Amino acid sequence: MVAFDRLPGIRSVRGARPVALILLAAGVAGCATMAPPQPWEKGTLARPEMQLDPDPLDTKITQHIYTSREAAAGGYVAGGGGCGCN
Amino acid sequence: MNMKSPVPSCGLRAAAAIAALWLVAGGTHAGTVGDAAPAFALPTAQGGTISLLQLRGQVVYVDFWASWCAPCRRSFPWMNEMQQRYGGRGVTIVAINVDARRADADRFLWQYPATFAVVYDGTGATPGAYAVKAMPSSFIIDPQGRIAGVEHGFLEEHRGALEEKIRSLIVAR
Repeated sequence: MVAFDRLPGIRSVRGARPVALILLAAGVAGCATMAPPQPWEKGTLARPEMQLDPDPLDTKITQHIYTSREAAAGGYVAGGGGCGCN
Repeated sequence: MNMKSPVPSCGLRAAAAIAALWLVAGGTHAGTVGDAAPAFALPTAQGGTISLLQLRGQVVYVDFWASWCAPCRRSFPWMNEMQQRYGGRGVTIVAINVDARRADADRFLWQYPATFAVVYDGTGATPGAYAVKAMPSSFIIDPQGRIAGVEHGFLEEHRGALEEKIRSLIVAR
């Protein structure tokens, strides 16, 4: 347990430890309400703008330019590139 | 000799408690084979209501679907086929839409028309009662109102077995 009342800035404040404990409890309990969505509640998560790559075409074009103009073979995904030796 | 304490450690007890809780929570859910199918009465697009109770005596194929569910695009043509093949032999297909927005469901139905019954439950009460674990999920309900088959997802290679299940229940009827 962290000794809150021994921290330099808190030492002089009366009742700092209970307040800190309440804050800690509230913070920990905050996660308890985060129930994962049910299988039938994933409509919003399935929307195109919620994807990791929201615009695949734009990514493809960017990768193409990155590969051909900057000689970075493989775009973002492959190692190496730049020196023209691979 | 260093003997282990006969009292389980705190961590072990906590793990046991969590496991027990998980079992209890899992045990309260319906939607398994042999259980009575949870009742529902849901609206159709035409303003009517379809209730499971009024379909007692028929083989009912209940399908939970959503507009954003990719395999549903393949299950709809199959269910149309099943409706055409077994609709006159005491089989009713009821597709329960779980979309929060009705317009999304309408757009899907415009692209993938259904010849079987479609009802709407945007509240999540019915999929909750059936403990739906995947989209789509199908429950084959026998004429006595018991769940005779559960299918999570829709796989091409499971079509034959699903159809066989439906057919066996028609014969048993």
